[in-house]
Amino acid sequence: MSTTTTTTPRKRGVVERLSKSWLYIGLIGIGLVSFVRIVTDTDDLTAAGTIRAAIIATCPILAAALGGLWAERAGVVNIGLEGQMILGTWGAAFFTYHYGPWVGIAGAALLGLVGGLLHAVATVTFGVDHIVSGVAINLIGAGTATYLAEAIFPEYEGGGPRQLNGLEAPTQITIPGVSDLANTIADKHWFFVSDIASFIQALTTNISTLSLLVFALVVVSAVVLWRTSFGLRLRSCGENPQAAETLGVNVYFYKYVAVLISGALAGIGGGFLALVASSGFSTGQTGGRGYIGLAAMIFGNWRPGGLLAGALTFGYTDSLRLRDTQSVHSLLLLVALGLLAFAALRAYRRQVRGAVAVTIAGLAVLAWFLSTDSVPREFTVMTPYVTTLFVLALGAQRLRMPAADGETYRKGSAG
Amino acid sequence: MSRLDVRSIGMSLLAPAIAILLSIVVTTIVIAAVGSSPGDFWSTMFEVPKPRLRVDIVNQTAMIYIAAVAAAIGFRMGLFNIGLEGQYTLASFAAASFAGAAYLSGWANVFAAIIVAMAVGAIWAGIAGVLRTTRGVSEVISTIMLNSIAITLVGYFLNNYGVKEGNSVHTKNIEPGTSVGGFAPFEDRDGEIWTLAIIAVLVGVGFWVLLNKTRFGFDLRASGQSESAALASGINPKRMILISMMLSGGVAGLIWMPAFFGGARNYGTSFQVGLGFLGIAVALLGRNRPVGMLFGALLFAFLSVKSNDLTFGTDVSPSIVQITQGVAVLAVVVTYEVVRRWRTRLEQRAVSRELAPTTEATA
Amino acid sequence: MPSAVDAVQLRGIGKRFPGVIANQDVDVTIRSGTVHALIGENGAGKSTLMKILYGVQRPDDGTITIEGKGVVLKSPTEAIEAGVGMVFQHFMLADNLTVLENMVLGAEKLHGIGDGARTEIRRISDRFGFDLDPDVLVEKLGVAARQRLEIAKVLYRGARIIILDEPTAVLVPQEVEALFVNLRELTAAGNSVLFISHKLDEVLDIADDITVMRRGTTVGTADPRTATKHELAELMVGSELPSPETAESTVTETVELSLQDITLTDEFGRDLLSGLSLNIRRGEVLGIAGVEGNGQSELVETIMGMRIPTSGRIMLGDQDVTHWHTRQLREAGIGYVPEDRHRHGLLLEAPLWENRILGHQTKAPSVKGPWINRKGARQDTERIVRDYDVRAPGIDTPVRALSGGNQQKLIVGREMSGDPVLLIASHPTRGVDVGAQAAIWGHIKHARRAGLAVLLVSADLDELIGLSDTIQVILRGRFVGTFDPAQVTPQDLGAAMTGGEAA
Repeated sequence: MSTTTTTTPRKRGVVERLSKSWLYIGLIGIGLVSFVRIVTDTDDLTAAGTIRAAIIATCPILAAALGGLWAERAGVVNIGLEGQMILGTWGAAFFTYHYGPWVGIAGAALLGLVGGLLHAVATVTFGVDHIVSGVAINLIGAGTATYLAEAIFPEYEGGGPRQLNGLEAPTQITIPGVSDLANTIADKHWFFVSDIASFIQALTTNISTLSLLVFALVVVSAVVLWRTSFGLRLRSCGENPQAAETLGVNVYFYKYVAVLISGALAGIGGGFLALVASSGFSTGQTGGRGYIGLAAMIFGNWRPGGLLAGALTFGYTDSLRLRDTQSVHSLLLLVALGLLAFAALRAYRRQVRGAVAVTIAGLAVLAWFLSTDSVPREFTVMTPYVTTLFVLALGAQRLRMPAADGETYRKGSAG
Repeated sequence: MSRLDVRSIGMSLLAPAIAILLSIVVTTIVIAAVGSSPGDFWSTMFEVPKPRLRVDIVNQTAMIYIAAVAAAIGFRMGLFNIGLEGQYTLASFAAASFAGAAYLSGWANVFAAIIVAMAVGAIWAGIAGVLRTTRGVSEVISTIMLNSIAITLVGYFLNNYGVKEGNSVHTKNIEPGTSVGGFAPFEDRDGEIWTLAIIAVLVGVGFWVLLNKTRFGFDLRASGQSESAALASGINPKRMILISMMLSGGVAGLIWMPAFFGGARNYGTSFQVGLGFLGIAVALLGRNRPVGMLFGALLFAFLSVKSNDLTFGTDVSPSIVQITQGVAVLAVVVTYEVVRRWRTRLEQRAVSRELAPTTEATA
Repeated sequence: MPSAVDAVQLRGIGKRFPGVIANQDVDVTIRSGTVHALIGENGAGKSTLMKILYGVQRPDDGTITIEGKGVVLKSPTEAIEAGVGMVFQHFMLADNLTVLENMVLGAEKLHGIGDGARTEIRRISDRFGFDLDPDVLVEKLGVAARQRLEIAKVLYRGARIIILDEPTAVLVPQEVEALFVNLRELTAAGNSVLFISHKLDEVLDIADDITVMRRGTTVGTADPRTATKHELAELMVGSELPSPETAESTVTETVELSLQDITLTDEFGRDLLSGLSLNIRRGEVLGIAGVEGNGQSELVETIMGMRIPTSGRIMLGDQDVTHWHTRQLREAGIGYVPEDRHRHGLLLEAPLWENRILGHQTKAPSVKGPWINRKGARQDTERIVRDYDVRAPGIDTPVRALSGGNQQKLIVGREMSGDPVLLIASHPTRGVDVGAQAAIWGHIKHARRAGLAVLLVSADLDELIGLSDTIQVILRGRFVGTFDPAQVTPQDLGAAMTGGEAA
């Protein structure tokens, strides 16, 4: 009986420690940014405008990453996210033009869902390799959106063969008291406090309801996947579908549901691009964000909290390319400090080789910071991709994807 | 056995036939759904192409075929080199810069530039190979990332070191002596079939011989079918991954070379993007078989080139063929999977028929 | 008759797969509150029958009656509802999920997925002495604990009829005894157990009734109180079961393989193998006994060059081969029968003749220089098919279509070709029918007489005792005992394999 009394508190302890450590990492992170902001005298780094742009850049990536999470937790790799997202941009434009933004979002989700359905039919019913099907769906998605835009949009007001502008955006909301107070504090440029205030200001001033929806979807996904029996069944299909089958779980059903939701989420991400991130639809608008979403999910180790961190990181760097080059340059210092801190952590854990490698990288970035005054825009564009490669190279062995992820499953194969 | 052979050949042809039929049906439905006339579309597409377009089709087929072989090298090894796009972009840029700098002249320059293209493609793909073998990073993700990095890098170099001409930037033009034209089968104004399209033939034959006749090809196929069995048989899977990734990237480096020496003469606005993804699609369409991919490349080239005619005469936009192509790929992989399952059953039947009098039941 | 109503009645069950009749006219009656053994050799159709009773597959003919009611089972869910639970031979557990999550999956409605379920799991665990902690990840559990979890899963769903498919295959004798204690408690509580096995001793020990299957059909029943092993074997295979016994010793003085103080450390610094030393002489079979996962696979992979030892030395003849690559070792004359033929031994989609080349890519007759010798390879495949009695329609048939026994014979034939000096055989007769088993044993004995050195890893203790000249017991990567097969009993080995204590 000794186990009975100790396990529950021990488990809670772990959860608490984990969430606390996330909190500490977050606080240290903000502290570092604040420090860099003051040292390099670039208030732009955490200005509410920067953060607002970062949130806008984050949302599509986040939606795609969530899409990846749903599919892969059920054991289906979905690199068709990009194609489903493209379909979403078109769906959002078409339906918003006719019926307003909320139907537009539903339309984006619907078109993404159709892309997901194709993927599910190919991978789940017919057992086609997931990557192969994903590649085909990306071709179909891009082709369909391009063709439908060329065929339909030129006749619309504000439209042309490659774009549709002047679409109504979802409502923005401002929380009056909080917004003003945060604004005042942020303007003081105090260490730490003002940075947090900027963050609050961005979240409470003219924030799109669609952004809030996307962030809410992270929480909803986490709860549904990890706290409900539906989620348990869905995840079991990604871990060991044969075992799930022997316990009466209808694996095909859960895989279908997961991939459909995955497509719909990617579609919503596309809709966000067309309606919130820019003023309308244009062909090729996704620019590989479906892939970045996939990267954010891997960065986040197939977990909602992790992929949120990944999407925020990529979204923040993505937004910086539109801002002045000096703030990007000061970020080099941030990266250097971050790498050195990471190296210290590795040294503390006695991972000597890793620590040395990371230290060298950190020093190199520091040297780069000290010897230049600006970063070419292209290098900012590359950041998410390079970061992903680094994270994978340093941590691929520790990442834990669902055990049966990407495997073809056939009914009746148990036992 | 021979009866089974005939049937299995029949079945392998059945799959692409169904796929093409399906893509025709879907295309027709899409065109009709937006209110255009499918009749106009198909009659335009099935018209015999004009001489100029025929030349274009041959040239495009060559480039798409090289890309397909590059993809197939990876696929046969069980690797997904999604990074062809980045590899040939970077390789083309490097080769164009090298050839433009005119360190060598005449054919020497051409050969050297081709070597540069292959080397750069191989190295870029090799990064994904090294990440996979030393750090266990999936090549799917790393090559996707490397695609974006390559394209951005080329943009950076071009903007900073390229030759500016009006609004566009390109690498230095190659000297007239080092361009490799081709021959014009029709009148001169209809254009030339590029000499370097011969690369496609060499690559195709080389791929077939390597895969089916050599020990290396056996090792490669074995690794693709079962990495664990390959390891136990004495193949070094890491080495195989690295070699085949680099081989795939090296061939990818060749993709744009016929066009570069045949007509473009610099890397700039004339660079044709998207061939990498087309190559992957055609490799899937042709099941990574040299002959199958040839038909696939021809079909895709025909669709792409012929769709230019749509802008005259019909109200269907040329991008419709992207849907046709995409649906064809998806349909072909699905029908092949169905046929494969069917075939496995037939084989099991054949085995048990053969052994019926002697064997016991197996579960 | 203890109970008026039988727990299960199967009547006239038939099941056909493409080209194969898996079950035909199968009749089984399980009395309530008993352990009913279903015996038969590999491929006799036992597993198919079990899947039918558990709703994984649907029968083509016949009726199923459970506790007096006729049922049609279309899925495991319906079987569970009817009170049937199954423990599969290959455990059906998700490693990345906790004990609790594995337990409640598919049965969330019973006690929820939270504390209610936790309490119920503890209750079952305490009631039957399963010792399960609901919040531990399954990957941390050992084999015996996983099996207890599987049985607990079945009980959690309120099953009254429990099917156990070859439950003892992965257990040592002491763990088997513990399992039998559990089973007796289960039947005492009114449950019925269907126990599938091909180990006759165990069946005679635990069963109340016995049904024998052969070639997809039930060929008879037996009473364990009066039946003998001999009679059961006669029913199962129509003859005496083959025995692995070897004749006189053929051990010579020449050491062929020598391991000196081999240690293998994983990336986290844990020892997988610690200080292993052994010598195998020409004409000697050295058996390795151990509970699965105690370093046997690592030992074999280290010898085969698939892992490089952290320290120590491996000698083949008088050459130091410690750092040789797999291919070099194969070229030097090591034959290798891997433990998992599907994963390590074959290219399933490739034809027989290409599989002949696998592992011999650098040796005649498969190749000529850098080129594949298609003709040579095909001719030699014909030879193997003939000499080793591989039953296949032709050498162009994909290996996937062959039965397990024929696949294994092909592998053995391939690895014996080219006159190897050393054979590394991991579980060479696992999952094959008796005919193939006898043939493979025969080939090993024959090669041993001709001077071959053999390292034999097996979980079948009778096989080890019968074939080996010496047996080493491995536990947590160390050799913990050397035994003479002429003296040792399976119980002695079992004790050594678990560190001397009964599980």
